Amino acid sequence: MHLRSSVALRIIGGLVLPVALAACSGSYTAHPSPAGPPQVHRVAIAYDISGRGDGGFNDIAYNGAKQAADNLHVELKEVTAKLDDTDDDRAERLRLLARSGYDAIIAVGFTYAGPLQTVAAEFPATKFAIVDDGTVDAPNVQDILFAEQEGSFLVGVAAGLKTTTGTVGFIGAVHIPLLQKFEAGFTAGVHAANPAAKVQVAYLSQPPDYSGFGDPPHAKEAAIGMYDNGVDIIFAAAGGSGSGVHEAAAQAGHWSIGVDADEYLLAPETVRGHILTSMLKNANVGTAEFVGDAAGFAFKPGLHTFGLANGGVGYATSGGFIDDIRAQIDAYAAKIVAGTIVVPETP
Amino acid sequence: MARLRSAGLLLLAPGAAFILAIVVAAVILALAGADPLATLRDALAYGLEPATLVAVTNKALPYYLAGIAAAVGFHLRLFNIGIDGQYRLAAFAAAVIGAVVTLPAPLHIALMIGVAMVVGWGWAAIAGLLYVRRGVNVVISTIMLNAVATGLIAYLLSPLRFAQQAAGSNNITTATIPESGWLSSIPTPAGDINGALVLAVLIGLGYWFVLNRTTIGFEVRAMGLAGRAATVAGMRSGRLALLTMAASGAIAGLVGIPQLLGATHRFGLDFPAGLGFTGLSVAILGRNHPVGVAIAAFVWAFLERSAQVLDLAGVSREIVTILQAVIVLSIIVAYELVRRVRAQRERLLVAHAVEGAPT
Repeated sequence: MHLRSSVALRIIGGLVLPVALAACSGSYTAHPSPAGPPQVHRVAIAYDISGRGDGGFNDIAYNGAKQAADNLHVELKEVTAKLDDTDDDRAERLRLLARSGYDAIIAVGFTYAGPLQTVAAEFPATKFAIVDDGTVDAPNVQDILFAEQEGSFLVGVAAGLKTTTGTVGFIGAVHIPLLQKFEAGFTAGVHAANPAAKVQVAYLSQPPDYSGFGDPPHAKEAAIGMYDNGVDIIFAAAGGSGSGVHEAAAQAGHWSIGVDADEYLLAPETVRGHILTSMLKNANVGTAEFVGDAAGFAFKPGLHTFGLANGGVGYATSGGFIDDIRAQIDAYAAKIVAGTIVVPETP
Repeated sequence: MARLRSAGLLLLAPGAAFILAIVVAAVILALAGADPLATLRDALAYGLEPATLVAVTNKALPYYLAGIAAAVGFHLRLFNIGIDGQYRLAAFAAAVIGAVVTLPAPLHIALMIGVAMVVGWGWAAIAGLLYVRRGVNVVISTIMLNAVATGLIAYLLSPLRFAQQAAGSNNITTATIPESGWLSSIPTPAGDINGALVLAVLIGLGYWFVLNRTTIGFEVRAMGLAGRAATVAGMRSGRLALLTMAASGAIAGLVGIPQLLGATHRFGLDFPAGLGFTGLSVAILGRNHPVGVAIAAFVWAFLERSAQVLDLAGVSREIVTILQAVIVLSIIVAYELVRRVRAQRERLLVAHAVEGAPT
């Protein structure tokens, strides 16, 4: 177990509880009764344009849904969007899923917000969730938002304490508000731990060019540029491109910080020793909870925010490179959970 | 009789291309482990539902406008790869201006359409000028201008400048256009057709008229078919190239209008991108003919829409991308074959005529 134990416990709690609930209700509804909880027969997940296999966020969202679906012994279907999709196309994708009997449908990404608002009203008996958006308002929709800035703050603290040059870097995949939350949290964390430290910021692409999520060579060039410029730790909030930053760190003999998953565990042996920590965005907690909720009595529509307090975000300690400063990081984490530190969402 | 036969040949080409593409698709489906007949039948059944046909029509509108924009350039062998940047910049400008003005509905809509056309015209004219004055390849300059447009929009579409971010949302959008700037849709029993259909029809008619019934259209066609002869006849190639490029850009500026005025009423991070590239394929498929491009746009949209079913059937929707590519390639090959057959026949006819002539 590489995760910090209390965070890990919370994550496991978040995962197992609803799933256990779901499993119970699932077996219960095998003998349908009018008063029984709603059933889930088929689960579907609709990704935004990057799709699964992005080595990070979408995969984690999938894992949570998959685990919950497996526990209910139901099918999980995946569909993916295209770059030139209009709202109409996205709505039709959700509509087709609902029409085909998928009764717990997860839409990943804010681009589904408008379409979901329309489709949710057409299928009141179907349960929907939208990940990374908090604006859809319907009795059968859960809005799943993550407090990425809180997890990013903690890895920012780690970077601020560990830097020897006094300059750290942030590389974001695409210059969109979602990733600016990571930047804002990271910068605030660095300055909290080390007020004199400087933060260099770069984004790999501008919307609607989302290539920054899957372009390791570009990320590597950007990282090499930063390391040459006096940076000794880079937080790579860049999805699949992050591997390029880790490679650059290994080449330059500096540190990098992973995102979404515990990248130390995913990286090849040669670069592992350079991944200081990772900011965890446990999308699986949100998607598993939704599927469990949809299958049980507990479905609560509206905004569900996953932050430090409920295990939605966190940081990884695999490799043991930050063991010496964990007490300090956890002190900040406690302050965030208690509300004495409010991490900014915009840089 | 000969005329009839040549018309038959003309129809033969797209027909053969389409059948070839279907066969290729079936083979790929079989290789992917799906039942080709059942899958194609499912996709067709879904595609022919009235509601789907309405949706396909709506989806075809931007493809058609992008196709005509590309076709205009093709007449002078100008490959306007920049349609993508031109329409995104145009839609963004129209959205920003449309949201701040208060006008009666017809004027409001006309203003936004005008702004979109002017911005597309101007952005394409940069590439046109670079080509005419400095000989810069249009393909290169328009690709570069796409990147510049992307950067420019990213800079301007910020809460600090012309955009806003709703609480709890990860999207950034311009302010919503007041209702006087919304295009009313055409109601049908199966759903609403985007009001921009009228715009697309007008553009198609205008394109046909200018090309076939005006001096400038004649000059463009002459220059495209036989540049040197046209130059000798006194036509100015530089002026024509600049004009064609700018006209292509002005039409490209309209590509985002169906979405902006007919659906979202604002420009955001989720505004569709990449329609310009589809337009190039659609123009090739439609042989630059206003009706041909319309059919091509519809077929393209039909394939895209039917593909949504493939996802559910467990077949990767990339198969549709392959299918589209195969159709375009086989169309090109088929037309080339037909051209050769016709050329051969004309040679024979001429030879007969010469032999039969009294000396």
